[in-house]
Amino acid sequence: MWAQIFQISLLNLRNLPQRLGSSSVIVVGIGGVVAVLVAILAMAAGFSATLNRSGAPDRAIVLRGGSSSAELSSTIDNRQRQFVSTLDGVRLSSSELYTVADIPKRATLLPSNVVIRGVEQSAFEIRPEVRIIEGRNFTPGRSELIAGRAASEQFLGIDLGATVELRQSEWTVVGIFEAEGSAYESELWTDLAIAQSAFRRFSLISSMRLQLEQPAAVDSLQAEFDNNPSIDLSVTSEEEFFRGQSEFLTTLITGFGYGVALIMAVGAMFAALNTMYAAVSTRTVEIATLRALGFGATPVVFSVIAESVALALIGGLLGAAVAWFGFNGYTVSTLNQGSFSQVAFDFAVSPDILVTGIVWALALGMAGGLFPALQAARMPITRALRGD
Amino acid sequence: MSIVELQQVSRHFTKGKQTVEVLDNIDLTIEEGDFLALMGPSGSGKTTLLNLIGGLDQPTAGSIEVAGQQLVGLSSRKLAQWRARNIGFIFQFYNLLPILSARRNVELPLLLTRLGGGQRKRNADVALTIVGLADRARHKPGELSGGQQQRVAIARAIVADPRILVCDEPTGDLDRETADEILDLLELLNRKHGKTIIMVTHDPKAASHARHTLYLDKGNLVREAA
Amino acid sequence: MKSFPLIWSNLFRRRVRTFLTLFSIVAAFLLFGLLRSIAGAFEMGVNVAGVDRLMVSPKYSMVDGLPISHLAQIEAVEGVDTATHMTWFGGTYQNPINFFPKFPVQPRFYFDMYSEYIIDPLQLDEFERIRTAAVASAELAEEFGWQIGDRIPIEGDIWLRGDGSNLWEFELVGTYRVGDEDTDFPSFLFNYEYFDEARVPETQGIVSNFMVRVSDPDQAAEVSARIDAQFENSINPTRTATEEEANRQFAAQVGDIGLIMNSILSAVFFTILLLTANTMTQALRERIPELAVLKTLGFTDRRVAFLVLLESVLLCGIGGAIGIALSGIALQALGPELEGFLGQIEISAATTLSGVGIALLLGVIVGLNPALSARRLQVVEALRK
Repeated sequence: MWAQIFQISLLNLRNLPQRLGSSSVIVVGIGGVVAVLVAILAMAAGFSATLNRSGAPDRAIVLRGGSSSAELSSTIDNRQRQFVSTLDGVRLSSSELYTVADIPKRATLLPSNVVIRGVEQSAFEIRPEVRIIEGRNFTPGRSELIAGRAASEQFLGIDLGATVELRQSEWTVVGIFEAEGSAYESELWTDLAIAQSAFRRFSLISSMRLQLEQPAAVDSLQAEFDNNPSIDLSVTSEEEFFRGQSEFLTTLITGFGYGVALIMAVGAMFAALNTMYAAVSTRTVEIATLRALGFGATPVVFSVIAESVALALIGGLLGAAVAWFGFNGYTVSTLNQGSFSQVAFDFAVSPDILVTGIVWALALGMAGGLFPALQAARMPITRALRGD
Repeated sequence: MSIVELQQVSRHFTKGKQTVEVLDNIDLTIEEGDFLALMGPSGSGKTTLLNLIGGLDQPTAGSIEVAGQQLVGLSSRKLAQWRARNIGFIFQFYNLLPILSARRNVELPLLLTRLGGGQRKRNADVALTIVGLADRARHKPGELSGGQQQRVAIARAIVADPRILVCDEPTGDLDRETADEILDLLELLNRKHGKTIIMVTHDPKAASHARHTLYLDKGNLVREAA
Repeated sequence: MKSFPLIWSNLFRRRVRTFLTLFSIVAAFLLFGLLRSIAGAFEMGVNVAGVDRLMVSPKYSMVDGLPISHLAQIEAVEGVDTATHMTWFGGTYQNPINFFPKFPVQPRFYFDMYSEYIIDPLQLDEFERIRTAAVASAELAEEFGWQIGDRIPIEGDIWLRGDGSNLWEFELVGTYRVGDEDTDFPSFLFNYEYFDEARVPETQGIVSNFMVRVSDPDQAAEVSARIDAQFENSINPTRTATEEEANRQFAAQVGDIGLIMNSILSAVFFTILLLTANTMTQALRERIPELAVLKTLGFTDRRVAFLVLLESVLLCGIGGAIGIALSGIALQALGPELEGFLGQIEISAATTLSGVGIALLLGVIVGLNPALSARRLQVVEALRK
């Protein structure tokens, strides 16, 4: 039987070029579905990867109690800051001021929120991934800042050596840094003390980053805060903090991607059905002749499905290729609702996503070939031979 | 009074570098009210001559005047409008539209007139009555026999009341008995309704229903018989 | 349209093929309706904007806030009719997923400014009279099953209470609607006076925005410039724009949603174009002898071409209409699910019209080539086959 299937499939493939126009409908239709699905999933994956890369399990973030998700609305005073930095289980701490400023995006020229983070030297020790790739680090006590690579790429005027006006004060961009593709690359960093005075925050800070002895220390720290009535703080592991920020948008984009792809897939499946019905009907006589010669019904069914799946696979591969070459590494920036600031991220076309796309293509090819194949097999031989 | 006047009509077809002379310098006059049978072997140019008279084709040379209109040099648009008014076509394989009912098929030529829907339907029914198929108006061609289909085609040919009916082997696909019925119907249309009929046929018995028979051979009119 | 029955019958000559093609077109326009409406929801703020309203925001970032003392100065600016303010409250009702905007406002002035919002005058009186009163858009009240008199707890995050708690509690005294149903916008409003007294003393007197109605909409640009000039050298400089412009700037922060939607739709339409064109070409090929017969009957070349073209336009038009109707139904059904984070989504008249327009255009593009072939068809040759 396998020999028969092989023979008939070969026959089909040989006259495929004659039906190039209609066959391309399957290829393009399913290719379109896969391209859209892969591109949208890659967008969601890129966003969540950027935020998840930003967090480490043995680092924690301390915010004012009640503002557990946003550094922007958090304030911590000196007294509480002292208290935290001396606690057991905290190896290192960095006090940080977090605010945003409107800077026009290069792409739209419309002002968008960019994070300005005032940091102490310990911030760099806690985040070893932050590396200056151009220029130098800011000098404490001077109105200098360093810009994340993505911030420099996305926002107008954030160039090495340039002077930018932020909130009525002038700053010189003295360096560009990378942070392994994390959300920090969308930020501008400067000296904490300078930021506090420039933005009139006096001795207040927004948040603290802690290097913990071990990840589990988060729980004991929170217990410590809760037991102390004069302390109103909450602590979260940095990993969890960023995962929380990415969850909403990632779920939204992923759901949207599957929804769009599903409707497109229905359309593409009808197109595939159409093409395969036409393919079967133009080959009526040929199929009937084969059947008259003694070929079984099953090989006919399989050969039709094989053709449809083969075309779908070509479409799926093309669609995946389009998404890969068109979008992999494509950088966009959006408003991260969690931090109320712009975060730039790259579309990430991962092998997982490519496999998902190909699986969809195969399933669609299968669905598009099944009914026409059954029709071909059920065709009464004598009538079909007359070409009715 | 002549209704068809062909003068020195030639029609060549070029196939690649080869030129085939299908009609060679033909002169032909057909009187109004005639029923003319055109006979001749395959490839003698009968259908080409018919197509020229019916305004479907243009000659390589010569002049063709039909129903008072010089056809040579008319645009395809003018020709189409002229056909709609003056010519009814009847084919060997009926050429009905399979998706339309008999009545809708008959009604087709009336879509080119200014008649309203109700009037079109009545005219189509009259034509169907003349061909004896009033009770089959709602049937589709696939549900009718060959003879019935040819009657529907005849009804379609006469519905717009053209002066000339052009028939290409109208009985070529029918058995003897049915063929005779169709030929009787054509005779009736000729005698009672005054249609000029030009019919290409292979069949001498069919030709015997006509008033005149004309023989074509290798592109030349060879004999005119009474 | 005498030929309509002819076109119609031709369309359904091969039922399976026609329906499969139709469903593909329906799928494409279903997506069109949905995606354009979602994009529309992002742009909606732009549309609700009044032509005679300005939005005064902090110059450097919308998170900064402005002192309430600016209000009197703005009212004194030449060309300003009235002004009021609102504050972005943030906050959470029960669960972060229940997102809706909450603003402390000046009740009387707010509803005077947004005259398209309709509220019962008695409820507005209550809103003004009761310190802890709040009103919600009718849509929102319905979504959470709130009744007048209910106490609604909101957990504060940006604004904490001076008493050390971060639990704010409001009493619902009324609901309001937007005159034009299409632009309903879920929001929750409460009394600024109470909010200001109760918040941490150091944060008192700060608001997010001022809304200004100008006497003459044509003077909007000049008035904006005057307001900004007023505060240019203060420690709280402002940026004033028409409400429309301000909303557009905020929407742009999310990214170009319209661009993403349009990219997807281009992919969809390209696919459908190819598919439908293929179907129409197949349909034409089978029908060549019949078209020749029509020509012998005296149908002109142009008329035959037109028949073929109309068939394709009809197919695409029907598919487009069904698809857009389905997207309307789907949005009705999904609306409550999506409104949580996108606000009101409805299929707009503009989307419907442009959808139908695109469908007809698609029909023309797809039918053009077959129509031209039909026009060129030579009767004598076609009949010989």
